[in-house]
Amino acid sequence: MREHRIPLILLALLLVLPLVVTEPYFQHLMILVLLWVTIGTGWNLLAGYTGQVSFGAAAFFGVGAYTAGLLSHHLGLSAWWGMALGGAVAVLIAFPFGWIAFPLRGAYFALGSLALGEVMRQVATSWESLTEGMVGILIMQTFISKLPYYYIALALAVGSILLVQAVTRSKLGYYFVSIREDQDAAASIGINTTKYKMISLCMHAFLTGTAGALYMNYMGFIDPHVVFSLHDISIMAILVAIVGGVGTLYGPAVGALIMVALQEVFRSAGFGALQALTDAMGGGFMTVVTKYVSQAHVLAFGILVVVVIMNLPNGVVGDWARIKRAFRRG
Amino acid sequence: MEVFFQTLVAGVLKGGLYALIGIGMTLIMGVMGIINLAHGQMMMLAMYLTYVCFHFLGIDPYVTLLVSVPCLFLVGVGVQKYTLNPLLKIESLLPENQVLMTVGVGMVLTEVARFIFTSNYVSVKTSYSDATFFIGGISFSVALTIAFGFACALTAGMFWFLLKTDLGRSIRAVAQDAEAASLMGVNADRIRTITMGMGAGLVAAAGTLLLPIYYLFPDIGGPFTRKAFVITILGGLGSTVGAILGGVTLGLAEAFGATYIGMDYEDMMGLVIFILVLLFLPGGFKRLTKV
Amino acid sequence: MAILELHGVCKNFGGLRAVDNVSFAVEEGEIFGLIGPNGSGKTTTFNLISHVFPVTCGKVMFKGQDITGLKTFQICALGVGRTFQVVKPLKRMTVLDNVIASAFLRHGSMKQARAQAEKWLDFCGLTPYAGHLARGLSIASRKRLEITRAMATEPTLLLLDETAAGLNPGELDEAIALILKIRKSGVTIVIVEHIMKVIMSISDRIHCINHGQTIAEGTPQEVARDSKVIEAYLGHGGGH
Ligand SMILES: Nc1ncnc2c1ncn2[C@@H]1O[C@H](COP(=O)(O)OP(=O)(O)OP(=O)(O)O)[C@@H](O)[C@H]1O
Ligand SMILES: [Mg+2]
Repeated sequence: MREHRIPLILLALLLVLPLVVTEPYFQHLMILVLLWVTIGTGWNLLAGYTGQVSFGAAAFFGVGAYTAGLLSHHLGLSAWWGMALGGAVAVLIAFPFGWIAFPLRGAYFALGSLALGEVMRQVATSWESLTEGMVGILIMQTFISKLPYYYIALALAVGSILLVQAVTRSKLGYYFVSIREDQDAAASIGINTTKYKMISLCMHAFLTGTAGALYMNYMGFIDPHVVFSLHDISIMAILVAIVGGVGTLYGPAVGALIMVALQEVFRSAGFGALQALTDAMGGGFMTVVTKYVSQAHVLAFGILVVVVIMNLPNGVVGDWARIKRAFRRG
Repeated sequence: MEVFFQTLVAGVLKGGLYALIGIGMTLIMGVMGIINLAHGQMMMLAMYLTYVCFHFLGIDPYVTLLVSVPCLFLVGVGVQKYTLNPLLKIESLLPENQVLMTVGVGMVLTEVARFIFTSNYVSVKTSYSDATFFIGGISFSVALTIAFGFACALTAGMFWFLLKTDLGRSIRAVAQDAEAASLMGVNADRIRTITMGMGAGLVAAAGTLLLPIYYLFPDIGGPFTRKAFVITILGGLGSTVGAILGGVTLGLAEAFGATYIGMDYEDMMGLVIFILVLLFLPGGFKRLTKV
Repeated sequence: MAILELHGVCKNFGGLRAVDNVSFAVEEGEIFGLIGPNGSGKTTTFNLISHVFPVTCGKVMFKGQDITGLKTFQICALGVGRTFQVVKPLKRMTVLDNVIASAFLRHGSMKQARAQAEKWLDFCGLTPYAGHLARGLSIASRKRLEITRAMATEPTLLLLDETAAGLNPGELDEAIALILKIRKSGVTIVIVEHIMKVIMSISDRIHCINHGQTIAEGTPQEVARDSKVIEAYLGHGGGH
């Protein structure tokens, strides 16, 4: 129990947090963080534990989101059915993909996953009779309050972390890590590498697809560019895991918090700090700066990728010892 | 039938440029073992350079080759030296760090371009941009034909360089076995740096040659990165001859896709090819040509 | 009964014929030495047995069953364990975890797999290193880990590829003792080794190949006297 003390305290805090902090904007951000915890944790299982780096999280996220959206749009069912089916449909996509890509060693999986995301976006854009194309899908949200969404997202995030924890302590986890460390060695001790990579991929797809379905329910609107975005979904998933710590249980959770916060800082141009500065200075110059900063979140993102990979290759959790040392020295 | 030949010609001409893009990518793949996901973004940068030279200084795009190629060579060198080579010394869990780094570099390049040039489309309209000539009833775009000529010359030059010069041989040695090459006294870091520079230079040439018949905006890099990547897979990772075949194949597939299926599907063709290759010819043309 | 049989096995790498029509039969319970100068195709032969890559021609039989087309993991499950000449430790796992991963092949539950792994660590003398990361081990311990990991899959046939290379004399004696102990536990062993002292002293029979082709087979004494074997080794300036 002792090792779980901090996570349990945190969980308790998270349970009461939205009751204390009722600001919808803040609750919205927390929901996003929790969604990213789920996605990042799923990616981490596949890449961090099994060593199969995917550039295609968006494929599964988008499929999950569209499953929910289309059930409601075409069949008039509640989009919540998507929460049950989104993950499963994502697995249906993952299966043939893994079947093609996994027997090939080397860069093929990473490249194939990148292509998969693009293919799915193209399909969602072109197949207008099914997906409404670029127009996107709009549904009625069930709740006005953010609280139900918050608790569902929390359950999903906690569930995904528990899942990964259970996996890492079982035969499955040992097999995943063995594959990551050396595929030849893994095969030589009787591990069916293709099968276990497939299982890992399907778990990743399931978690990501379910998160996508929740996103649809929560946001009420999706279009191909949002949910199949290479940068905003696939790369973000990678960053969440890497910033937090690849191959660590809580890394993606830490990464999700940091990344969503950073993204928001840039989107809102430093929580309006610059805006305040602008008003104070009353100048045109600061207006321009503010405008640029809020437009520049992708640039900041890019720079962040570069900086993080160079300096924190193992993430905040993985490199925690190094970070502490750096501060002590400093 | 005429439509068919027209499409064939357009496909081959465009394929020549694609080959140029693909060779750069495949060189990098061969030597560094990574896919450069900033490849198209580097091309975009070269196109903006060409645009600036034309728009503000009135320099003809073909002359700009003398500017864009060396400039991008330096950009490639800088990227390799300051972002990718250091990664080789950092230990991390995932070997794909370098690929991810190129994604980051690509994002930075795109956004910097957006900062400076905004998201608007621009183009370079020269006297020959829309000019055509006819051979046997089939029209040839003047600019595309010239570009094709340049592409062939550059490709031939590239081959000569790789086969006949010491530096070229060192590059091939590192591509075959970096460790063995190091033992024989080749400075692998330097070779990597030069290779990245050359890859960037080649794609810069392609971008500059393409600009008179194309348009330009910051996000154009992504689609071209994807094309380069399809060409490289199609050719067989690391194969130069394969990259040429792959480039021409993609050019043809896009042309025929656009003519016979619909304009919208031009971009889809690459992805379709990608999947077909993975399914039926994993290893690409390299499997067939063995080079 | 022969536990392992190779029938006219060949392997081409492009134009190179690395293994050329090699046939031999390993009897149950023996230590079977496979020798040959550098690059003669010994490791490739192991890779063909455990299907790291497919044979170009010929077939491999294990306990009378044709295993030529099976996958590596299936062959392991049937009871063929192997080590790698270039060791392949699961670097960022502890020594214990390395062995647990392999014990899972026969024991599904975490508790059992762990108990088994501890047993094998003890058997192979690696218990003091159980908590160490595999990448931090010395070369001797890495070679030993290879053996331990293979043993934890509970093979009836063990393929050892140069597990004594790079060891100092003291470590060498320990390695020999371990190999003999494994044989005593009832496991048949095929061993590739350059160090003649080792191979000659522990093998029951030896099969010698050069340029992928069989040049001799027999008891250690017979093979040591064989003129083709002597020539092959001297011709390469080898001999050890
Ligand atoms: N995967 C491969 N691809 C191409 N050639 C290979 C491959 N593996 C081995 N070879 C070649 O096959 C030949 C036999 O190699 P092998 O490793 O089997 O020799 P060996 O007898 O184990 O040598 P050593 O005593 O040095 O370990 C060598 O010429 C080697 O270069
Ligand atoms: Mg060998």
